[in-house]
Amino acid sequence: MSLGGYDVEVQRPGGLATEEMTLNMGPQHPSTHGVLRFIVKADGEVMREAIPDVGYLHRSIEKIAEKVGYHGFMPYTDRVDYVAAMPCNQGWAMVSEKLAGIEVPRRAEYCRVIACELNRIASHLLSVGSMGMDIGAYTPFTHALREREYINDLLEDLCGARLTFNYMRIGGVAWDLPPEWVPKAVAFLDRFEPLIDEYNALISYNKIYVERLANVAVITAEEAIDYNLVGPNLRGSGVKFDVRKDLPYSVYPEFEFDVPIGSGEVGTVGDCFDRYMVRINEMKESCRILRQALAGVPEGSVLAKVPRKFKPPAGDAYVRVESARGDMGWYCVSDGSEYPHRVKIRTGSFTATSIIDKVSRGLMLADLIAVVASFDLVAPEIDR
Amino acid sequence: MDAAALHQTLQARFGDAIGTLESGMEPAIRVAPAAIVGVCTYLKTDPALGFDCLSNQSGVDYPARHEIEVVYHLISYRLRHACILKVGVPRDNPAMPSVAGVWRTAIWQEREIFDLLGVVFDGHPDLRRILLPEDWVGHPLRKDFVEPTEYHGISTKRESML
Repeated sequence: MSLGGYDVEVQRPGGLATEEMTLNMGPQHPSTHGVLRFIVKADGEVMREAIPDVGYLHRSIEKIAEKVGYHGFMPYTDRVDYVAAMPCNQGWAMVSEKLAGIEVPRRAEYCRVIACELNRIASHLLSVGSMGMDIGAYTPFTHALREREYINDLLEDLCGARLTFNYMRIGGVAWDLPPEWVPKAVAFLDRFEPLIDEYNALISYNKIYVERLANVAVITAEEAIDYNLVGPNLRGSGVKFDVRKDLPYSVYPEFEFDVPIGSGEVGTVGDCFDRYMVRINEMKESCRILRQALAGVPEGSVLAKVPRKFKPPAGDAYVRVESARGDMGWYCVSDGSEYPHRVKIRTGSFTATSIIDKVSRGLMLADLIAVVASFDLVAPEIDR
Repeated sequence: MDAAALHQTLQARFGDAIGTLESGMEPAIRVAPAAIVGVCTYLKTDPALGFDCLSNQSGVDYPARHEIEVVYHLISYRLRHACILKVGVPRDNPAMPSVAGVWRTAIWQEREIFDLLGVVFDGHPDLRRILLPEDWVGHPLRKDFVEPTEYHGISTKRESML
């Protein structure tokens, strides 16, 4: 069965012996977005299989959690997914708060939503920008990164860091919104929102771009669910599920926003283009959420009273946050001591990588780059 | 369907293979290792349950109870409900059936549990280490794991100079 691949008959002059070729791609490769390796078995330009080899970035973050305690683990969560560190912060804060039964002040929840949505836009910009670069269009990358820099500036004003934020705390956030920060964030949205359409004009519907992405690596809704794809990769296959909407947390129920899904507008539902387009459309929705959140930040404190010796009662809890790469699962077991008994982080990149072996069969070798980019893989998130 | 009702449904169908309903923040249903594939297949295929996705599969080492617990967080995208299953396997012989035939996401999630906790999933199509090198000795998320002092002759210790 061809999974949206090309029906390519490799033509060879008669009598020439051919054999399958094993190629190594990575672990250091510009388009693997981190350290990630594929072992490709190819028949000419057509892949028989592409087996991902992961683990190069395994830093045993889950084991570290058992050693450093609840408060001490927060900076490590930044390193789980450094492209979208805010939702990782939030996942860890939420699972700890759930174990200990801590109520987060409303102002802190607004700060979290604002930080996470800005981070989501930054992450999606990197994703759609590098997608263009991966398949040969350099300029869109610079446009995306230019806007991402403004978000980094905003987040730096907010918490002092541009990548690994360590912004959230169990019980709230570390810093209140700085003075005059909200108007600056609104000014950014005013500037950025029209640029999304400019971006579409610049690259999204470019003929070469569309032909590299449309009908490539089509994933049906059933396959996406079976392999536990999450976030834009799941929604690209037409499954309308967003943790912010369907299992709401924080103050997300207070905001109006839509959940974009793949429509197969230039090809088939669930192809690389749909996954790309979902991210473009999600940036618009994040802008909508941000406008509502920035306009309605309530007064109050940004951090609940949480003991320095944080000992949640024995038990286990599982929370889901909608990271830029989708439903991120945080499972934490407490034994009543200062140190978590076990922390498990189930990330979107991990499950997305697991389907590559299946979808790559029958694709052209060059399409592997498009597939990896369309999944928005962040290698450290796979390996943790 | 809430956890108590689901527990009753499963008990009626699978009898003794379904253990207690663990109360707590999130109620979890204990399942005997031998029955896990049957239970999961039923949970996935029964139209009223429809748990089409294995969201998260984790392994937890409990040395005091002499067991490793495998935790299944299931979700149904179609019916928008979730449930939790827990399976305990003995620490000295942690083997249990694989659910990779039910949800293919388990292929990788079980590889990770095998790698880090040493649970052997029978019937798994490709059970090998995933995050650690193939020649790694031991399973680091076991509580009694001792960090090796060297790896291929390279010391893992660096004494502080100060």
